[in-house]
Amino acid sequence: MLTRRIIACLDVRDGRVVKGIQFVDLIDAGDPAALAHRHAFEGADEIVLLDITATHEGRATLLDTVRRTAHSLFVPFTVGGGIRTASDAEAVFEAGADKVSINSAALADPSLIGKIGASFGAQAVIVAIDARRNPDAADPVGQARVFTHGGRKDTGRTAVEWACEAESRGAGEILLTSMDSDGTRAGFDCELTAAVSSAVRIPVIASGGAGTVAHFADVFGSGQADAALAASIFHFGVSSARSLKQELAQLGIPVRLPC
Amino acid sequence: MNVTVIDYKAGNLTSVVKALRHLGAEVTVTDGPDPLGEAERIILPGVGHFAATRRLDETGLTPAIREAISRGIPFLGICVGMQWLYSGSTEAPEQRGLGYLPETIERFPEGNEKVPHVGWNQIVPNSASRLLAGIRSEEFAYFTHSWRAPITSGTAATTEYIQPFASAVEDRNVFGVQFHPEKSAETGLKILKNFLELQPC
Repeated sequence: MLTRRIIACLDVRDGRVVKGIQFVDLIDAGDPAALAHRHAFEGADEIVLLDITATHEGRATLLDTVRRTAHSLFVPFTVGGGIRTASDAEAVFEAGADKVSINSAALADPSLIGKIGASFGAQAVIVAIDARRNPDAADPVGQARVFTHGGRKDTGRTAVEWACEAESRGAGEILLTSMDSDGTRAGFDCELTAAVSSAVRIPVIASGGAGTVAHFADVFGSGQADAALAASIFHFGVSSARSLKQELAQLGIPVRLPC
Repeated sequence: MNVTVIDYKAGNLTSVVKALRHLGAEVTVTDGPDPLGEAERIILPGVGHFAATRRLDETGLTPAIREAISRGIPFLGICVGMQWLYSGSTEAPEQRGLGYLPETIERFPEGNEKVPHVGWNQIVPNSASRLLAGIRSEEFAYFTHSWRAPITSGTAATTEYIQPFASAVEDRNVFGVQFHPEKSAETGLKILKNFLELQPC
């Protein structure tokens, strides 16, 4: 049976993890390569490395970080943040990424999705969507809007419509972050996730708002998510992807339990 | 353990090469037919569109692979590399496969389930499989594909998604896996290690 995926996300700046899943017994909790390896060992189904480096010099550091992280990682590995062109993507793939996540660059030039897919396959292109419910609309969820620039810029597009366009342009997966839920630990936006997931045939990864194991169960149930991003799982009262998955399995959610 | 990996610009072969080197293999990467004459074993990776295999015909790799297979050396196709072993795929009807296996690759039927099939799913190996020796029933592997092979006498493992399909195939020295062993954690590494240790037949 196809399982629901738990994806560990590491936010990286200048080659160091600045936010993400922390392990107390890891000597260097800031090293992305060490953390990624540890998460994979603990049963994370995939690793996402999100580069939040703002500077140009940081790009060279990122490629080195990707190379080191990919070196002994044998689960799917996605890199996002700052990928603006097909050649940016190519450099990240050559450093060892299996997929790239693109966000504002795809909104600015939707043909970028197909360009990257033409060389590396549709499965290698994740379109990340940051969305917020539209309280003024009759259907706040269906009309949830897509934002860029950390939520400061309203693109005027709806999440459902943009996800459908991304799919038709050849995206392999959608990474949907609810800006209303992000950071609240009050649960994923299951209605928004379901609205997007039911509108497309490609997998949808839910992000934003996880606070408990039950939140994951909810987003895999009513949220119809195919995968969920765990950005700081250690704070949820579980120590690892392994224990999160064990608890999900007890709740009847199909997950891969590592041997 | 020497292995020759074919580069036909279909997706990214970095991950496959990295996994093989991790297992201690000496890896030769080639985009032309010449090194295949000396190859001890060959891997055809692949992810993406079946039409990408056209490059194998254009570069003269197809006859070189056919010749290498007839010498009896172990050959492994991954994902589209497995699909290419068949006569063709409805994904690109104008592009012929190797035709080592007579069937045609078809898309998952439309229904409630999502297509592509992406994620970790269970494989049920045939106990006689040399490639999957030591792999228990229902171990997990990572898949990402929309087309799949039918179950036939050469099927070495099955997986269920919408319908059961062949997730691995094995016929003498020719092997194929629909999943990505290079991305399937310990299970995948075990399978690649089995392949590296196979002797010509």
